[in-house]
Amino acid sequence: MTEALDAIDRAILNRYQGDFPICSRPYQEAAQTLGISEEELIKRLQRMLENRQLSRFGPMYHAERLGGGLSLCAMRIPEAQFDKVADQVNAFPEVAHNYARDHRFNMWFVLATETPERIDSVLQEIEQQTGFPVYNMPKKKEFFIGLKFEV
Amino acid sequence: MSDSDSTTLDQLDRKIILATQSGLPLVASPYQAIAEAVDSSEKEVMRRMQRMLESGVIRRIGAVPNHYSLGYRGNGMTVWDIPDEKVESCGEMIGSLSFVSHAYERPRHQPEWNYNLFAMVHGKDRDEVAHKVALIADLLGEDNRGHEILYSSRILKKTGLRLASDK
Repeated sequence: MTEALDAIDRAILNRYQGDFPICSRPYQEAAQTLGISEEELIKRLQRMLENRQLSRFGPMYHAERLGGGLSLCAMRIPEAQFDKVADQVNAFPEVAHNYARDHRFNMWFVLATETPERIDSVLQEIEQQTGFPVYNMPKKKEFFIGLKFEV
Repeated sequence: MSDSDSTTLDQLDRKIILATQSGLPLVASPYQAIAEAVDSSEKEVMRRMQRMLESGVIRRIGAVPNHYSLGYRGNGMTVWDIPDEKVESCGEMIGSLSFVSHAYERPRHQPEWNYNLFAMVHGKDRDEVAHKVALIADLLGEDNRGHEILYSSRILKKTGLRLASDK
């Protein structure tokens, strides 16, 4: 059973979903802001990571700016063929994650390729292998990527 | 800089990215620990990470909360059909809401898919998500020509970020 976050854990999360310092002793600097010790901050982060209350602690990279291609793609697969197509799609190493969703468009996956140009060819390969169209929905504009999640 | 631009990254930048994409070392001098792993100096690692932060290659450095394990069990991908000329102002409005974590404009595929604005809405359960979606619909008023909530029923695959290889 995962233990609940206490007031200090929440203060850490609410203060440091960004702005973690880049300096020689960043945990010490952050801990001072929070009024706790460096060891305690490290210990608490470790515990929240082990409990999966944090998925990660560190830099969050902007995938498109790393030079690769990235896109969200959707497919409409008849129920009877769903598992087979899921296996075919998942076999592509470029498919980073894939979710089944309750909708006519019932398969949604993220493609991450080493170059932006590779997106189209991987899409075509998936269409050829599965026999179903892939709806490519790359982002045209980003409005916000959460930084304000209050706990 | 637009979203599709990529900043020039050299081999040391890439080594630093690979060494840190799963997290910052939980030791007193994490940048020193990274420097040792990538065969560089603490000062150089800090300089490069600062530069990547300023250029937007690093969005931010800090804690990434796991919505699901923090009790937000009802995460819905909401999709909206917004007039093209309004999508920017509507997107900014939706993106600023505290319960929305990502908001993007994406292409329509008419006639099968008319939605051009996507927003991830988080709530304790599906009822709370539905309530928040109704709130968004109220805020959008007549700019909303239709919307749906797509809940995920199963994770079929989940892997980490793939980084372009060197050269």
